[in-house]
Amino acid sequence: MGKIFFYAALALVLVSGLIFAPAESKLAIHPMDQFNVAALFGDHISWYTPTNVTLWMALAVAAVFALLVMGSSRRAIVPGRAQSVAELAYGFIYKMVEDVAGKDGVKFFPYIMTLFMFIVMANFLGLIPGSFTTTSHIAVTAVLAALVFFTVTIVGFVKNGAGFLGLFWVSSAPLALRPILAVIELISYFVRPVSHSIRLAGNVMAGHAVLKVFAGFAAALGMFSFLPIFAITAVYALEVLVAFIQAYVFTILTCVYLKDALHPSH
Amino acid sequence: MASNTQDAAHGAADAAHGSAPGMPQLDFSTFGNQIFWLAVALVVIYLILSRVALPRIAAVLAERQGTITNDLAAAEDLKAKAVEAENAYNKALADARAEAQRIAAETRAEIQAGLDEAIAKADEQISAKAAESEKAIAEIKAGALESVKAVATDTAEALVTALGGSADADAIAAAVAERTKG
Repeated sequence: MGKIFFYAALALVLVSGLIFAPAESKLAIHPMDQFNVAALFGDHISWYTPTNVTLWMALAVAAVFALLVMGSSRRAIVPGRAQSVAELAYGFIYKMVEDVAGKDGVKFFPYIMTLFMFIVMANFLGLIPGSFTTTSHIAVTAVLAALVFFTVTIVGFVKNGAGFLGLFWVSSAPLALRPILAVIELISYFVRPVSHSIRLAGNVMAGHAVLKVFAGFAAALGMFSFLPIFAITAVYALEVLVAFIQAYVFTILTCVYLKDALHPSH
Repeated sequence: MASNTQDAAHGAADAAHGSAPGMPQLDFSTFGNQIFWLAVALVVIYLILSRVALPRIAAVLAERQGTITNDLAAAEDLKAKAVEAENAYNKALADARAEAQRIAAETRAEIQAGLDEAIAKADEQISAKAAESEKAIAEIKAGALESVKAVATDTAEALVTALGGSADADAIAAAVAERTKG
């Protein structure tokens, strides 16, 4: 579903570009403008320049802090609203790590919780109109996926030594097939970080671009603008769902990869 | 005009970044910036979570679990105590009842003994009194017989005299003695 959505949005963007480019003075839709990285002060962007990326990541950090630290500051036995949500988030990810990666995966819980909280907060902050969505950038999700990929690979070799290569040697298959399967397994292993990162960035970017395209239609259609506005409402509801689901999917795949590293038997 | 200005800004932004048109995601000039700030954000979140948030929430959850377990244990304890108290109460009740019965039986036996003694004493007194009375009656009876003899003699003498006979005292006495014998 994610990929279809991604390509559909991409097609929509391209088509809208083709159709509306000549008539740009009348109907100016720039659905990708919302993804521009811009310096907060001045024009030049180097690696340390405070940009809108900095701002919205800082807000995501602040949101994580507000929910998990300030929310739990009362340490109440009978929790209030914020503390309930904080405990829910904790229990949700903790149980996921324990169930999927196993008991010995629990020591990676803080890392996985960090990934989940960052992605879910960035996704939801990105749903605020006019905001900048840091997780819509492949640079961000690629780093997140690469972190998972390298962590999992290193953990796999440290825990199992050369036995980690057993992940690629399907011992339950007929001997003649095993080398072929090994190649396929190897390719799929290296494709993991690619799909892991593009899935998240693609879903978020596509949804936001679609919202902007419909918003452009609404501006152009005059009295019929209620149609795109209705569509925006529907897509926005879907995006709320996607914001959580993509964070969930990213996290649970991380747990699955971690399980492969800890227990590489097929 | 406004849209023209916006377009101009848009174009300028594209030119400044040198990006592929339409895809700021593929503008590699901003990658360093994004990756740097992402690293900062992740490190900060990791420190917040691992140093403060997660231990605190874990402690709260453990404390709650402990409280629930303790409360359940305490409830179990109190329930056991209640059952124990009820048993003790029932035992005390049974004991008290047995004691009461014992005391009642004892008292009854005591009273019976006293009663028997009193009855025996009364019987003795009654028989003594009866014996005394019998003696008195016998005396009275003897006295009465004497009196009857005297009265009979006197009467007989008076009768004889009244009938014109001469009363022989000895004959009368003999006759009275003869008659009162039977």
